[in-house]
Amino acid sequence: MPARRIIKQAFLRTIPVMMGYLVLGIAFGLLLQRAGYHWLWALGISIFVFAGSMQFVLVGLLVQQEPLATVAITTLLVNSRHLFYGLSFIERFKAMGRRGRYMIFALTDETYALLCSVGEAGSQEDRDDLFFWTALLDQSYWVAGSVIGALLGSFIRFNVAGIEFAMTALFTVIVVEQWLTSNRHASAIIGLLCGISSLVLLGPQRFLLPALLVSVAILLITRGISGGRT
Amino acid sequence: MNIWPSLLIVAVTAISTLATRALPFILFGNKKRQVSEPILYLGRVLPPAVMAILVVYSLKDISFGSAASWANPIICVAVTAAVHLLRRNTLLSIGIGTVCYMVLVQGAFF
Repeated sequence: MPARRIIKQAFLRTIPVMMGYLVLGIAFGLLLQRAGYHWLWALGISIFVFAGSMQFVLVGLLVQQEPLATVAITTLLVNSRHLFYGLSFIERFKAMGRRGRYMIFALTDETYALLCSVGEAGSQEDRDDLFFWTALLDQSYWVAGSVIGALLGSFIRFNVAGIEFAMTALFTVIVVEQWLTSNRHASAIIGLLCGISSLVLLGPQRFLLPALLVSVAILLITRGISGGRT
Repeated sequence: MNIWPSLLIVAVTAISTLATRALPFILFGNKKRQVSEPILYLGRVLPPAVMAILVVYSLKDISFGSAASWANPIICVAVTAAVHLLRRNTLLSIGIGTVCYMVLVQGAFF
């Protein structure tokens, strides 16, 4: 299939992600700009990090100037779900060579969902092209959104106080979505209780890392009790 | 803003993010090794726990000094969740929740 038709097909398939990434990207750019960072920071972070939820967390880490160990462990845990996305595509991405390495880097939640919905129709080569353009288009929407947001932040006239709630709303929606699609709710409740008790005990500056580590510990311990059955 | 410390924080985030995405390919790319059971278990149960903690994290700076400062975010989390339960449209839920919060923060309760 000619490249133009593949790109058009990829574009049509990524329209829903485009809406989401532009809006959330703008919210991220606005937040980063309000934290005192030039729009070039939004550009660089969205190119080199490219992880939606984590970039919102990153704004907080930057504002607090957290120690690097906290930054690393927080990132590993917040992105832990990515470990399991890759497992579905090990053979495919390996066969894609250099572009496959970009695919590994660019495997976000939304891109993963789109790739999973690519059927078996057409030639292997066409499907590889479709994979690559899906990932590249998704990242370009995210980069564009965050730069627009950061620039808007410098020129904006209306009062944006409260825009930071977009991050809370995003996390809330993900929790509700996970709650609806899973029949085991214990871990969400464990996370919530660990988060709240750690916040009350340690205060806003220091609660994140202990909350994450205690949750992992409790999840592993309760697994032992239930004999590994979930 | 501190340029060099901030650059380090961004670099560590970028490398750690790439590590989580590349690890399955490094561990299981060469031979068909079995993924160990505890890892699969954590993969299933960790994401909901982390997301719940992130909701708390994003609200960590609310103070309990005045009623509005903690009631506003709790109301709006409930509104966001309710809209999402009704329509299951991510953008709509985030949009309505955020506008609700901005109105409350900038309006009568502030």
